[in-house]
Amino acid sequence: MTNRRTFLFAGIAGAGALAAAGWLHNKRGASQALFSTTSPPILGPDAFVVVTAVTPVFLEGALPDASAAASTAVRQTVVNVGIAIAGLPPAAQQELAQLFALLGFAPARTALARVASPWPEARREEIAAFLENWRTSRFLLFRSAYAALHQLVFAAWYGNPDSWPAIGYPGPPDIAR
Amino acid sequence: MLTNNPWESSAARGWKVVDASTLERDADLEADVVIVGTGAGGGTAAEILADSGLAVILVEEGPLSTSRDFNMRESEAYPTLYQESAARKTKDKAIGILQGCCVGGGTTVNWTSSFRTPDTTLAYWHRTYGLEGFTSGDLAPWFARMEARLGVAPWTVPPNANNEALARGAAKLGISTTAIQRNVKGCWNLGYCGMGCPTNAKQSMLITTVPAALDRGATLVTRARALEFAHRGDRVTALSCAAMDAGGVHTTARRLSIRARAFVAAGGAIGTPALLLRSRVPDPHGIVGKRTFLHPTVVSAAVMPEQIDPFAGAPQTVYSDHFLEAAPLDGPIGFKLEAAPAHPLLMATTMPGRGRAHASAMRELPHLHVALALLRDGFHPDSSGGSVTLDDSGAPVLDYPLTPFLWDGVRRAFRAMAEIQFAAGAATVTPIHDDGAAFASLAAARSAIDGFALAPLATPVVSAHVMGGCPLGPDPAHSAVDTSGRYHHLANLHVFDGSLFPTSIGANPQMSIYGIVARLATDLATALSPRGRPDGDRARAPGSD
Repeated sequence: MTNRRTFLFAGIAGAGALAAAGWLHNKRGASQALFSTTSPPILGPDAFVVVTAVTPVFLEGALPDASAAASTAVRQTVVNVGIAIAGLPPAAQQELAQLFALLGFAPARTALARVASPWPEARREEIAAFLENWRTSRFLLFRSAYAALHQLVFAAWYGNPDSWPAIGYPGPPDIAR
Repeated sequence: MLTNNPWESSAARGWKVVDASTLERDADLEADVVIVGTGAGGGTAAEILADSGLAVILVEEGPLSTSRDFNMRESEAYPTLYQESAARKTKDKAIGILQGCCVGGGTTVNWTSSFRTPDTTLAYWHRTYGLEGFTSGDLAPWFARMEARLGVAPWTVPPNANNEALARGAAKLGISTTAIQRNVKGCWNLGYCGMGCPTNAKQSMLITTVPAALDRGATLVTRARALEFAHRGDRVTALSCAAMDAGGVHTTARRLSIRARAFVAAGGAIGTPALLLRSRVPDPHGIVGKRTFLHPTVVSAAVMPEQIDPFAGAPQTVYSDHFLEAAPLDGPIGFKLEAAPAHPLLMATTMPGRGRAHASAMRELPHLHVALALLRDGFHPDSSGGSVTLDDSGAPVLDYPLTPFLWDGVRRAFRAMAEIQFAAGAATVTPIHDDGAAFASLAAARSAIDGFALAPLATPVVSAHVMGGCPLGPDPAHSAVDTSGRYHHLANLHVFDGSLFPTSIGANPQMSIYGIVARLATDLATALSPRGRPDGDRARAPGSD
């Protein structure tokens, strides 16, 4: 029988990271929960800073040019990522909680993501390099974490009607009902 | 206001519908037959069993959403109507799985493609598994009956530009394509089948068989997850269910227990094996949940000079079986070619890359032609599919290894799609792979495809067709259910969904489920011989009298 709580980490070679993730989650789980409120679902601190940091990198070139509009778009995207995660089954939420707890823990951020500064201060190049390392990692764990972030951020932005004019999507047809 | 939504008149018609998320206390129900699932299998069975006078209870984990809720927005449709918000994955996350989770199941959100089970598939089942009574001739009247029931007919409207490009490119190469039949009546050709049909043109279970069963006194319980069958000796005695909360993610403390004479599992090829595994049904040969097939699917996107608007118009109206027929059934894996509709959210999550490259690919949306290749898995010793097991919470986990045998087919499929797309006049072709880029010539695309490292999560693979795990067959050593769909080891447990298939189908599977289940359910209705039973045995539901 598979333990879904840990299978995010099934691809990693060392048992060390697995132990660290479990320890982290237990140690920091209470203060670093996936959600700070569940209704509406608002991401907890670790998830919030990580998603806020990676969103502009995934969406570079897709966000509005004006900085105020871009900031609004990033904020909306982060909110929508939270809503999307709240719709996932408990096991998937647990895995994402582990991922964000890991990335939110400074020593892990430095060692595994190789991002030296705290997320809010990290440079875009640094974040892009982290994403590229994980995308091309030989460990399935890191590739699946990258894929999860890719899916969450792009679904959150392109599900938002604000993204549609730039890509020539007129939106659903207006049907008289 | 459209007047063709049968659910608008549910109160007037006296339908018994219980939303388990609103239950304030536990409930005990009783019926002749309880059916788990309201998709192609459960819906078809419900109408036939209720029609014969049996008291039927339908149990659905998802919500009741109808045309008035279907606003054609991906951000609402996927979380509401699909399993795991349309983000279900295999164990290693390498394959994304699209499955319905709502009243009507997959039929509420599918793209309406209607194919009878291919002769080659049925002949293989006969030859390899000794399956008697399932030839094309045996099943023809059942397919005809369900085609008539669901309005399956040739689609005479010209294909949209996305499908036309597939037909045009293939024709240039001498590859034949055929029109796809669709289960629609009065279709508006909008292109939003995957988000729930807003006009009730699609003849899904939501507007056909489930309403028909309710008209005949059946009870529908929504937002209830089937937990397990209780069984004693060779019989199932009851089904226990947990109520879901309104969001559909978590269970509440409320439980339902349903007693019945017969139990039908029709929760799809992940849900049904998982339910049987949770129930610890006798399974001496370890069949349940093994040999699960997916039609693993890869995608190729092309930028065409002309406007395509791949989000508009009937999503799938042209297909080619050239690459299924080109090689022997048990040789290298073959694939079926179809077009895929492209709406922003699903396209953006499917398109690899990020930043400026991803953004500029998305800006091509109006000119995007999207082809897909469905690999026909399960017909070769190197294609034994996946297996469903349970995690420690009892939730299903599908492990589906992507093997060199499959990757070989993926590479050939990328090549074939690129060739067809360039033949159709594509300016660039992007095979959907992490190292894919917009290639401007067939030579460049081919050389890149030949060099792709094909590996889990480097090559996005998706599936909208989950099959197998409780295969039909005469021999209990190699099958889970007998040729009547009855579980070999429990006399009153029946499997009536895509889990029945011993291999994949090699075509979009809804018709295969309808036709086969129509026959099995008709036999079950006869066996239960309900006529003349006292009225006291009709289904009773809390709060519905």
